[in-house]
Amino acid sequence: MPVKSMRDALNETLHAEMARDEKIIILGEDVAGGAGGTGVEEAAGGIFGVSAGLYTKFGKERVIDTPISESAIIGAAAGAALAGYRPIAELMFADFIGVSMDQLYNQIAKFRYMFGGKTRCPVVVRMPTGAGMNMGAQHSQTIYPIVTSVPGLKVVIPSNPADAKGLMTTALRDDDPVVFFEHKALYPRKGEVPDGEYMIPFGEAALVREGEDATVVAIARMVTFAEKALDGLEANGITCDLIDPRTTSPLDLDTILESLEGTGRLVIVDESPPRCSIASDIAGMVASEGFDLLKAPIQMVTAPHTPVPFAKDLERAYVPSPDDISAAIRKVVAY
Amino acid sequence: MALDKTRLLEAYRVMKTIREFEERLHVEIATGAIPGFTHLYSGQEAVAAGVCMHLSDDDYIVSTHRGHGHCIAKGCDVIGMMKEIYGRADGLCKGKGGSMHIADFDKGMLGANAIVGGGPPIATGAAIATKLDGNGKVSASFGGDGSSNQGTVFEAMNLAVVLKLPTLFVYEDNGYGEHTGTSYAVGSDDIAGRCEGFGMTAKKVDGGDFFAVYEAAGELFDQLRAGDGPAALECTITRFYGHYEGDPQRYRAKDEVANFRESKDCLKNFRQRVTGEGLLDDSDLDAIDAEVAELIDRAVEEAKAAPAAPISELETDVYISY
Ligand SMILES: Cc1ncc(C[n+]2csc(CCOP(=O)(O)OP(=O)(O)O)c2C)c(N)n1
Ligand SMILES: [Mg+2]
Repeated sequence: MPVKSMRDALNETLHAEMARDEKIIILGEDVAGGAGGTGVEEAAGGIFGVSAGLYTKFGKERVIDTPISESAIIGAAAGAALAGYRPIAELMFADFIGVSMDQLYNQIAKFRYMFGGKTRCPVVVRMPTGAGMNMGAQHSQTIYPIVTSVPGLKVVIPSNPADAKGLMTTALRDDDPVVFFEHKALYPRKGEVPDGEYMIPFGEAALVREGEDATVVAIARMVTFAEKALDGLEANGITCDLIDPRTTSPLDLDTILESLEGTGRLVIVDESPPRCSIASDIAGMVASEGFDLLKAPIQMVTAPHTPVPFAKDLERAYVPSPDDISAAIRKVVAY
Repeated sequence: MALDKTRLLEAYRVMKTIREFEERLHVEIATGAIPGFTHLYSGQEAVAAGVCMHLSDDDYIVSTHRGHGHCIAKGCDVIGMMKEIYGRADGLCKGKGGSMHIADFDKGMLGANAIVGGGPPIATGAAIATKLDGNGKVSASFGGDGSSNQGTVFEAMNLAVVLKLPTLFVYEDNGYGEHTGTSYAVGSDDIAGRCEGFGMTAKKVDGGDFFAVYEAAGELFDQLRAGDGPAALECTITRFYGHYEGDPQRYRAKDEVANFRESKDCLKNFRQRVTGEGLLDDSDLDAIDAEVAELIDRAVEEAKAAPAAPISELETDVYISY
């Protein structure tokens, strides 16, 4: 299988799907870039390069650069979806969801249910998420716990290039709204990516590693950190199941519970602050559905309950580290 | 509103300090010493200076991601700013904010803001406070051409008109919002005209001409202080560097900036005018150049030597920990 970065895997998927379905359009800030400038056309292709080449290939009718107006971006995607299109709306950073929240939360998420099932709203909202680039409090948040809490939205958070391709393909063929989080620090991450059409159903976790002593659940960049932690622990004879839920809504709780039948010990890793996080959410569900399986208190490894700090050392301390994950695993194993 | 010699020297010092601060950052960032993304204000100095010279520490401003110039013009400590940008413990915001989040409440600087369009509603609220206090103080928000397309900005302008608030909406049209040109993204390509549509006075000036900005801002602040409601000032300007440091600027013709550095450099324009009119001597300005260069050297040296923000600060300044 060819090896690609997550950025390239996403970019190629957008190209393939837009070629397959002419109802797919994309809109956002600098998804092309260069309009009204003195330089070249398609000067950007998305600030992380994920939409590169789309403008040149599919033209300005389908690849739409917008003014800096997040409410209108998300709302216009909603309207175009109700009128028969399949828009991809890009927020330059997940943090900017704040500006557009009504259109996502009160509009897109509600249509199908509130209108008695008479309509679907096939919008894919893409947004780069996460800390690690010293971009400060307003450009580094995870945001996905907030979105996961909203009924009517599906939430995807891939951790590797193959999953990014498979999940994006599924998202673009789904008839309901999907919010697709792309961790900024994972764009360069490389991995094998299947050629041709490749879809991964929502609500199916990946068992990234198998082991005996504990179950580790991790999302996005935290999957790579958990793997580092496990590399270290395996040398000391501790092995774990590592589960990547891949979608937080729907959430594959069954795979987590099945794993706990073997291990009885659970560590959940989430880059978000602890309250109302994916970690606390999964912990709550496991506590009520899998209480009998647990041999130790659930450990949550999260960011602290603070905004994301700017300074290098502070940001590094903010993001859960492989060492934090190892310590939590040792704790449940020793309990 | 003729400026006496002291005020002219002050204007030059502010602009020169901003320029040197940014030019030096341009060099230091290339070494990898500074974390994050930094947006430089080089080229736009006359706007910050021309507006803020009408304000005291008790007047308020709100800035943007491209905020260093506004901070300096409002009197923020240059060394504290440099330390903040380096992420140091004794930076203006303890290294927790960084380049895009510098604030200094003693100077009426209510914060740079990394959310485009985040600032104008806040400046509007500060004007509610000054109006209630009845102290004659005013507020100003800075924003780019790109920010003028944000709904939050429209809402703030309308609210300010409805409440007749003493707040100035300053728009710096530097031709681009990131990689997209103003002429594409601002539908009418006329920000001042839009502001008039909200029911406020609006002026449009050459932002590279300190005197034009200073005079227009002065007239508009007079209107604010007389209780006649908000106003807007559109300044046409260019930024000398990319959107952020490291921006390949493919949206820009190669010679665009060279031309501007030749023809639209507010510092050159200022020097030419004041020496030409015999208001100041070259030697007055050269002396400031030397002092500023020394100040910026010291700021960088101190910032480099200062201790990093300590981990013990991670969970402070937040209401509660879990
Ligand atoms: C709500 C929001 N949307 C998008 C961005 C990303 N962004 C940062 S600066 C910028 C361009 C701003 O353009 P303008 O207002 O003209 O200011 P300039 O950078 O030219 O000074 C964009 C799109 C952001 N920070 N916040
Ligand atoms: Mg601009």
